[in-house]
Amino acid sequence: MNDNTAAPPDKKPVRRRKLELDPRLAAYTGVWVFVEHERGLVHPVSRELLGEGRKLADILGVELAGVVLAAPGDVARGFCDEAISYGADLCYLVEDPVLAEYRNQPYTAGMTGLVNAYQPEILLLGATTLGRDLAGSVATTLRTGLTADCTELNIDLENRSLAATRPTFGGSLLCTIVTRNYRPQMATVRPRVMAMPEPDTTRTGRIVEHSLGLVESDIATKLLEFIPDDRRDKANLPFADIIVAGGRGLKRPENFQMIWDLAKVLGAEVGATRPVVQAGWVSADRQVGQSGKTVRPNLYIAVGISGAIQHRVGMEASDVIVAVNEDPNAPIFDFATYGIVGNAIQIVPALTNAFRQHLTTARLAG
Amino acid sequence: MHTVVCIKQVPDSAQIRVHPVTNTIMRQGVPAIVNPYDLYALEEALRLKDRYGGRITVLCMGPPQAEAALRKALSFGADDAILLTDRAFAGADTLATSYALAAAIARIREDMPVDLVFAGKQTIDGDTAQVGPGIATRLGLQLLTYVSAVGEVDPENRRIIVQRRAEGGVQVLETALPCLITVLEGLNEMRFATMADMFRAARHPLTVWDREAAGIEDITKIGLKGSPTVVSKVFAPRPRTTRAELIEAQSGQPNDLADTLLAKLFTKHPQLGRQIVRRSS
Ligand SMILES: Cc1cc2nc3c(=O)[nH]c(=O)nc-3n(C[C@H](O)[C@H](O)[C@H](O)COP(=O)(O)OP(=O)(O)OC[C@H]3O[C@@H](n4cnc5c(N)ncnc54)[C@H](O)[C@@H]3O)c2cc1C
Ligand SMILES: Cc1cc2nc3c(=O)[nH]c(=O)nc-3n(C[C@H](O)[C@H](O)[C@H](O)COP(=O)(O)OP(=O)(O)OC[C@H]3O[C@@H](n4cnc5c(N)ncnc54)[C@H](O)[C@@H]3O)c2cc1C
Repeated sequence: MNDNTAAPPDKKPVRRRKLELDPRLAAYTGVWVFVEHERGLVHPVSRELLGEGRKLADILGVELAGVVLAAPGDVARGFCDEAISYGADLCYLVEDPVLAEYRNQPYTAGMTGLVNAYQPEILLLGATTLGRDLAGSVATTLRTGLTADCTELNIDLENRSLAATRPTFGGSLLCTIVTRNYRPQMATVRPRVMAMPEPDTTRTGRIVEHSLGLVESDIATKLLEFIPDDRRDKANLPFADIIVAGGRGLKRPENFQMIWDLAKVLGAEVGATRPVVQAGWVSADRQVGQSGKTVRPNLYIAVGISGAIQHRVGMEASDVIVAVNEDPNAPIFDFATYGIVGNAIQIVPALTNAFRQHLTTARLAG
Repeated sequence: MHTVVCIKQVPDSAQIRVHPVTNTIMRQGVPAIVNPYDLYALEEALRLKDRYGGRITVLCMGPPQAEAALRKALSFGADDAILLTDRAFAGADTLATSYALAAAIARIREDMPVDLVFAGKQTIDGDTAQVGPGIATRLGLQLLTYVSAVGEVDPENRRIIVQRRAEGGVQVLETALPCLITVLEGLNEMRFATMADMFRAARHPLTVWDREAAGIEDITKIGLKGSPTVVSKVFAPRPRTTRAELIEAQSGQPNDLADTLLAKLFTKHPQLGRQIVRRSS
């Protein structure tokens, strides 16, 4: 959604007094990205944030650091190397057995300990369940500002502050929030909002180790069990390359089968609008939009979807959008790449057939 | 057991309109409702009360009209309601909001110890999900966010077991009381309030606290003054000017429309075309 920038600011020249940064604040320097991992894997949102953090650090002329909190071992070192390959100049590492699984208390202690010791000016986290849990506690402990679910990050060059933009009122407006007089300036960003950078494994950087100073008996919360999601029927929309999504225009739940059929031929994921989810046609993890998932596939086929702002904010970063809708004035045609005006009940099976034929021919042609 | 449930009154966002010229929110005539996520929190507290007994206090910070939200909670079965209202709270961001709510809870527990605090996952207006973690951190309560099921509670030994939605799975966590829980939508279904309940709620005495009554002395920590974040501008997203290229076929037949679209996709977006072929093989 980076291309969905502000309307041009009004022209009147505002001459603001150049603000001298309080020396207490100026002591904070550098951009940090929390490297989130669970079950031995780095969350892709952290890589996206490293890409974005790199840009901010370059504008400010400061270093970009990754922050890894983990159980001791090669895996933790691997996370640091990975952060460096995605653009970090250095990585702060807190290794401790109590950090093996995410729990709020030790992670908050680890992060606030690092911030107090090394004083970054900006700290970015993914707006995941883990990131939001941690960010809220860290910002409160540090008594600083935290902007949630940002879609755009910039630097206000006049006073070197972070200008964090987030949608409000369901995406019908955007607001830019600054934290001028507190450090670090914190923000969370949803997965798939920022572009994924290319890693460069030849990059090198330093690892700075820091100790936690907690033992297991200090921690009240115990993890009894982790029940992994069943990967087989779990939708992974944010990272799908192709998505076929259906809306209320399909009229009846049995018609939604057409969406699955087309998705199957394309090897695509299935998405949906909120009314369809609320009617129980598909599970809630397939909802795209403001209160669902943000996606950015290469191809998004929207069938019987009006294109309401709350749906649009979740999918408009898709490369190519194809919309099928019987109403030529449906808002979805205002921003889709291609549109077919017609009855979905007839168009979708025709599309499924056409793709099937084309793909069979392509495969035979080798 | 004594449980505090935090509820916020929010504008019904389904009915919010943005003024097309001034880009301001047109709140006039928009009904105010209890933040929908907070009703799941309240219902979960009511279920624990059904199981273990005790009292439920609902707490809301907002303008005087937010009384309606508290009355609603009372009609469902909450025992006490506290409205935290003072002009000095206006303009609070999440840090200042959690300061005021934590101060009020600290004041509540002077009268009766608090075992559990519940909050919603997030609100539908500010939508930050930051206030729950903020309150827990300030009061030193164990924090359990995105809880999808509340399991065993052992009031004697002061332990609780919950399931928490994490990335890629569910954590089963055991922790010590007192703790703060934010609940996911859909973990329960709200009970109905009868007419009699609503009448009872309408007559129920409401506790109203201003800043002083809540025991807050430091006015630099609340409202606009206590808020590190500042909204520097509000603006409309730039409308995309490129309308969709409409696919047409002379016959108007679905098959021909489909073929025309595919031809476009595969010739104009060769990379996407190759990807589709690769995936399907
Ligand atoms: C706080 C809030 C959060 C929300 N979050 C989300 C969210 O995350 N995701 C989301 O999707 N929505 C969300 N919504 C709801 C959103 O405002 C819209 O109501 C919703 O996206 C509309 O879904 P729809 O396009 O399926 O249905 P509709 O708007 O009813 O559109 C149906 C479309 O189908 C077309 N149609 C009808 N028959 C046919 C046919 N036979 N063939 C082809 N086309 C046909 C119609 O022309 C129409 O354009 C949210 C709303 C609020 C207030
Ligand atoms: C468009 C917009 C954007 C904003 N962005 C930010 C931002 O990025 N950062 C920031 O710090 N502030 C932000 N704010 C300010 C923030 O909305 C207010 O501080 C608000 O008082 C609490 O935040 P929330 O609505 O996001 O609550 P959430 O943190 O989403 O609420 C979680 C739970 O806390 C409880 N709760 C929250 N508020 C109350 C209350 N008043 N009374 C009782 N219980 C409550 C409820 O149980 C609720 O379910 C924003 C406000 C607006 C209007």
